[in-house]
Amino acid sequence: MPQLVRKGVRIDDSFAEAFPMSGTGLIITAPNRKWALTAAQTMTGFATSVIGCGCEAGIDMELSARETPDGRPGVRVLLFAMSSKDAEKQLVNRLGQCVLTCPGTAVFRAIDGEFEIKVGDAVRQFGDRFQIAKSIDGRRYWRVPVMDGEFLVESKVGLTKKCVGGGNLLVMGPDWESTMRATEAGVEAIRAVPDAITPFPGGIVRSGSKVGSKYKGMGASTNDAYCPTLSGLGTSVLDPDIGCVLEIVIDGLSDAAVSNAMRAGLKAIIALGPKTGAKRVGAGNYGGKLGPFHYHLKDLLP
Amino acid sequence: MKPLLFALRREPEQRLDLSKLTPDRLVGRTVKEIEAIEIGTTKVGARVGDYFKVRSGDPANLHFEGGSERFDLLGAKLLPGFSIYVEGDVGAQLGRNALGGQITVVGDAGPYAASGMAGGHIDIDGDCGDFLGAPLPGEIAGMAGGRIVVRGSAGCRAGDRLRRGVILIEGDVGEDLGSRAIAGTIIALGTAEGRVGYLNKRASLVLAQPVDFGPTYVDCGAHNFTFARLFSKALAEDSRRAARLMTQKLRRFAGDTAVYGKGEILTPA
Repeated sequence: MPQLVRKGVRIDDSFAEAFPMSGTGLIITAPNRKWALTAAQTMTGFATSVIGCGCEAGIDMELSARETPDGRPGVRVLLFAMSSKDAEKQLVNRLGQCVLTCPGTAVFRAIDGEFEIKVGDAVRQFGDRFQIAKSIDGRRYWRVPVMDGEFLVESKVGLTKKCVGGGNLLVMGPDWESTMRATEAGVEAIRAVPDAITPFPGGIVRSGSKVGSKYKGMGASTNDAYCPTLSGLGTSVLDPDIGCVLEIVIDGLSDAAVSNAMRAGLKAIIALGPKTGAKRVGAGNYGGKLGPFHYHLKDLLP
Repeated sequence: MKPLLFALRREPEQRLDLSKLTPDRLVGRTVKEIEAIEIGTTKVGARVGDYFKVRSGDPANLHFEGGSERFDLLGAKLLPGFSIYVEGDVGAQLGRNALGGQITVVGDAGPYAASGMAGGHIDIDGDCGDFLGAPLPGEIAGMAGGRIVVRGSAGCRAGDRLRRGVILIEGDVGEDLGSRAIAGTIIALGTAEGRVGYLNKRASLVLAQPVDFGPTYVDCGAHNFTFARLFSKALAEDSRRAARLMTQKLRRFAGDTAVYGKGEILTPA
């Protein structure tokens, strides 16, 4: 594969291929940071890939008490799915099981989209007729009595179909430690980019996949071309100095958010250099057949 | 652009129906045409020009120089994006059925202010009469949205049959505040009299100075309400005192249990 070199790190002249998604966002607040984070982490747990989880979700950013609607510490959570119906179903389920149940929390809309999802309107019936609606400055909330006080939840949140899922970077290094160091630096940089999340565990995927399988019924299977333990076989695209590959997958509320996130990640990985970090960076694509969004690494280089 | 000005020539001898002087009805009219508008309520008749000196300006912003307690229906059916400013008193039914916009009265208002209002913002610098935000006799529901702020005191039965929206009274209130309220929010910073929240269905009444609510209100303890924090932020521009009240720990009295019982009276704990 033709390569560019930046600060000694080889960059594949390739592109990440991404596809349109439906996305929504919430602000979860609580009396302190711990419980806001607990609610957000629980709600976005088991939301790594739409293939098996129904949605991809993650924490976009932490908000200080000054930045939230109710003046308490908060967390902004994003959730993406392949259809608006899936997004609604997943959001309502996760909200009901993970945020309604979490002590001290309240839920507000984080984005205004072209559509709206009933959120408070869906969980309000938990109040068993003791729930109370309140309209404040044109926005409607439900006060659901719970055992530690009231669960305040906005009646509707925004949903947009302009989201992008599947932006990615393949980080390649000599061993697990240095590859992980570079990948973690990339994830950390992406965390600071607004409107984008890395839904996989800690933001990192080790099981990069290809479409299809030798087995019937498997939609995806291991990306053997990037598996270092298969490097001697003909299908491998790895160089002899690569012993480990990790992937960062990015979902964003917009095309720009994903490219900004990829740019930030790439910059951090390159800044670390090939001695302590990655020797090569690539991107996953399926020859342009998966989706309309293509992020060429050469355009994103610092 | 300067506002369209109505300068009062003299105290009117009869009650005036000013519902015709809303910005949307005055767009594109000349001063002469405006002065010819019939506003009398008796068989004697009266035109704008009889009582006002009109100076042309932006009809989206009306300015009344001088007021009278005989100015009825001022700002009735006001639409969003328009504003009316009155230097002086106004009469009955200020902002009746208003849908939006801003009305500022630097003076007192008569009874039935904000009656049937569905949106917008009314600010009364002085006192207002009875039946603030209440329905007219025969109507089922009162104010249905928007916000009214009274800097002075309000008369009896403020917020009667309130349907939605916020009523904020910085001064004292007369008897039966929030009587028969259906929903919505009333905040009173002064003293209250009579049966507060009488037959209140679902409304929230926030009182800075608690009184005896009678046996149909039941004490549900003191709590920190997240919705009150939101209200505090929303009210900060209109009234610092009200905003401060809403950030406090509040004692909740649920009621009126004589009716639906989903309403509440909140007082500082």
